[in-house]
Amino acid sequence: MTTHDLTAHLPVDPDDLRRLHARLEREAQVDGLLDIAYRTVDSAVGPLLLAATPQGLLRVAFASEGHEVVLEDLAQRISPRMLEAPAPLDAIARQLDEYFTGRRLSFDVALDWSLSHGFRRRVLGRLATDIAYGTYASYAKLARLSGSPRAVRAVGTACATNPIPIVVPCHRVIRSDGTMGSYRGGPTAKRALLDLERPR
Amino acid sequence: MKRERYFKRPFEAVVAQHGATVLRVVRAVVGHADADDAWSDTFLAALKAYQQLPADANIEAWLVTIAHRKAIDMTRAASRRAIPVADAPDAPARERADAHDLDLDAAVGALPPKQRQAVAYHYLAGLPYAEIAVILDSSVAAARRAAADGIATLRRTYPRIDTPKESS
Repeated sequence: MTTHDLTAHLPVDPDDLRRLHARLEREAQVDGLLDIAYRTVDSAVGPLLLAATPQGLLRVAFASEGHEVVLEDLAQRISPRMLEAPAPLDAIARQLDEYFTGRRLSFDVALDWSLSHGFRRRVLGRLATDIAYGTYASYAKLARLSGSPRAVRAVGTACATNPIPIVVPCHRVIRSDGTMGSYRGGPTAKRALLDLERPR
Repeated sequence: MKRERYFKRPFEAVVAQHGATVLRVVRAVVGHADADDAWSDTFLAALKAYQQLPADANIEAWLVTIAHRKAIDMTRAASRRAIPVADAPDAPARERADAHDLDLDAAVGALPPKQRQAVAYHYLAGLPYAEIAVILDSSVAAARRAAADGIATLRRTYPRIDTPKESS
């Protein structure tokens, strides 16, 4: 008699585990034990990982960043009390779907800024409110808006490390000479987002 | 500010890796009817305590220890509200839908609690007897004997246990 033998006689239906997982998601949330809920959604720029705390949307990650790597980073920096729990992300998932199908010009969800500090936080806050759908800003202009006109390079870093891309629209920030500049999701994703927002 | 130097995986990974094993263990220990509650209580308590768990801890042993305590709590609560239930506990249609072997469930359920626990923790969770002795608050020899006696009884009451079965 080995472990494997008795285990084989006691099969576990994956549906039972799914049901129990859903119950755990609900109860953890009710008990205030779920520090981070996450899910993955499909989009025009590939699968997006969405992660939220009870305070709001914490992270949007492109597939190129490696979703597992991002989750482990969140476990370390914020909290390992994380579950794949779609319900708390229903609103942002729906709004992203509307955005990608051209039916939404701005997002209306609470944001958790825990991953951004100091000047970067200020830059991204400006970006979230001041650069509208379908418009561009140069890194220099965003530096001016952020109150530090000479901190153009620091603005570039803030955009490049934006933890909440798409919703905080760093894709709308381009170089003063009109070229795109770098992007967390890669140049193809940046181009796709700018094309999506271009007036037809 | 003290920063933890070790690395802890997202709790989701713990559920994904150990969820099925914990379900088998609690089904064996408290029975199918109460297994869902025991599983949920176990993982909620684990989630609550997860940040305090040392990073090098044996997660499976930790989960089984929590499940063991939850099962004891549930057994105590059940004996306090020991009012017989009127309806049959298992309608035939449900047994088939669950696709679990009622004879094996009955055979495991008929074992004395210590044997049932030792069998579950060793043969289903794969814990060494040294860990099981701590959980059962007994000697290592007693834990080993309880599991051996339990398996010997199961071989008698459920002979098919020695028939190799494709794992599913």
